[in-house]
Amino acid sequence: MARKDRMSGNEATAYAIRQVNPDVMPAFPITPSTEIPQMVSNYIANGQMDTEFIPVESEHSSMSATIGAQAAGARSLTATSSAGLALMWEELLLAASNRMPCVLTLVNRTLSGPININCDHTDGMGARDTGWIQIYAENNQEAYDNFIMAYPIAENKEVRLPVMVCQDGFITSHAVENIELLEDEQVKNFVGEYEPEEYLLNPGKPIAVGPYAISNYVMEARKAQEMALEKSKEVILQVAADFEKMAGRHYGLFEEYRCEDADYIMMIMGSAAGTAKEAVDALREQGKKVGILKLRVFRPFPAKEIAMALKNCKAAAIMDRCESYNTNGGPLASEVNAALFRNKVMIETVNYVYGLGGRDFTVNHVFDVFNELEQLIENGIEPEQYQYIGLRK
Amino acid sequence: MNQTLEIRWHGRGGQGAKTAALLLADVAFKTGKYVQGFPEYGPERMGAPITAYNRISNNVIRVHSNIYTPDLVVVVDETLLDAVNVTAGLKENGSIIVNTDKDKEEILPKLKGYKGNVYTVDARKISVDALGKYFPNSPMLAAAVAVSKVMDKDTFINEMRASYQHKFAKKPEVIDGNMKALTMTFEALGL
Repeated sequence: MARKDRMSGNEATAYAIRQVNPDVMPAFPITPSTEIPQMVSNYIANGQMDTEFIPVESEHSSMSATIGAQAAGARSLTATSSAGLALMWEELLLAASNRMPCVLTLVNRTLSGPININCDHTDGMGARDTGWIQIYAENNQEAYDNFIMAYPIAENKEVRLPVMVCQDGFITSHAVENIELLEDEQVKNFVGEYEPEEYLLNPGKPIAVGPYAISNYVMEARKAQEMALEKSKEVILQVAADFEKMAGRHYGLFEEYRCEDADYIMMIMGSAAGTAKEAVDALREQGKKVGILKLRVFRPFPAKEIAMALKNCKAAAIMDRCESYNTNGGPLASEVNAALFRNKVMIETVNYVYGLGGRDFTVNHVFDVFNELEQLIENGIEPEQYQYIGLRK
Repeated sequence: MNQTLEIRWHGRGGQGAKTAALLLADVAFKTGKYVQGFPEYGPERMGAPITAYNRISNNVIRVHSNIYTPDLVVVVDETLLDAVNVTAGLKENGSIIVNTDKDKEEILPKLKGYKGNVYTVDARKISVDALGKYFPNSPMLAAAVAVSKVMDKDTFINEMRASYQHKFAKKPEVIDGNMKALTMTFEALGL
């Protein structure tokens, strides 16, 4: 039976970690994810879980220890944010290329500079090409649910890739909201026991992890990794279907909110999607045909699926909570535009950068964006193709 | 309550404005509401102005932005009236509660012509009388509930007793004082 409760996104994540009770958690604190290892430590100290917690001296070490534990055959995880994720850069690629099905809960925060502790997706987007599966949450409920689905995706024998479960720093991590929790037993049964086929602490079947590969093997290894990531799409959907049977909550690669007949669609990730839905409801009451496409799974990137979901609208706003410095658009817009072109979906798109360093994103901003899309189509007024929302000039 | 009740808290770091917002979310949740309680983080340190927010509704709350047109503003520290535009966006038919030993007429000139309901609560006196120490958040929490009428007094008092018993399980001696601070605030406001 589901239990109604209220907690912050960090509390919800720590609660899910307790219920999953992984074998090993190395971690180093960094705002705004610090509460997660702190709360897990409390659960361990109180005898409510028996995960081996390893306090380490940096995030370089926390990810290294996570990989080491996972390679040894233990279900492992860590938590971090911002500069912590940046310090893990080398190990993130190692985790994925060594096919370690570990989990990282990322509480999204910007990176310097200017130094700032608040939310944007600079950290997660910086790790977009490391080979990890990335799943983003709108609220505490999704942060909780996504964590519970993470290991069944990661450990699937056709996937065997690490999963990054992302939520917006402070906006969801530190906001207390209603949530429905599953029973411990349900979560335990859903996630199941970790039974690796090959692992270091198996004297009967010795293996090497992370050996040198001569040029003759690297491309094959990369392709195998890429194929596993492609395959993970199907597994993510299967795990979501199983989760829905248990919890009654539906998840896909993305969520289409009032998109069925929409002329204008806003594509957005994370906590701002809730704000955008509120705006869409208000605009629908005025008769405007608008919708939200909330991307949940950024890696693997559901390119074709997104193109198909957008093909019947007249214009789409692609919302990036990150500056990519390619001077041509944010990371999400660049990939969406490529997906549209490759699938011959020739709709208008406008790219907006919003919410950097915790800059507030409001219902009124969403109204402004839809108004610009409508002006573009109805009156031919071209907006700036790549623009910042709420920028002081 | 068909609309979402939006509350903005102004305090100084260390005074418990964030805690009060989270406690209000907690107690409203227990009465079956959908709730949000969240702080706005700046360069937080003891004494610096901080803001915290509550949304309380009968419907699911999806908005994840700060609150710009609150129904209620709670000012936990009177000195903020000179430092922060506390009535910014506050609805004309809304309310503001200020923690001060002054009466309403003395406070009004600092509220930039705000025409809605103005309440003053001497949280220092209540806290010192009830607890022997100055913790403004219990009186200000009671004042927020009394003025917003988000729940009736008896429900609030009963839920808070349970909350304090849980929160102060290892310091039961402070439970009675905090409960007293709550009821004294209702009495002081005449609500």
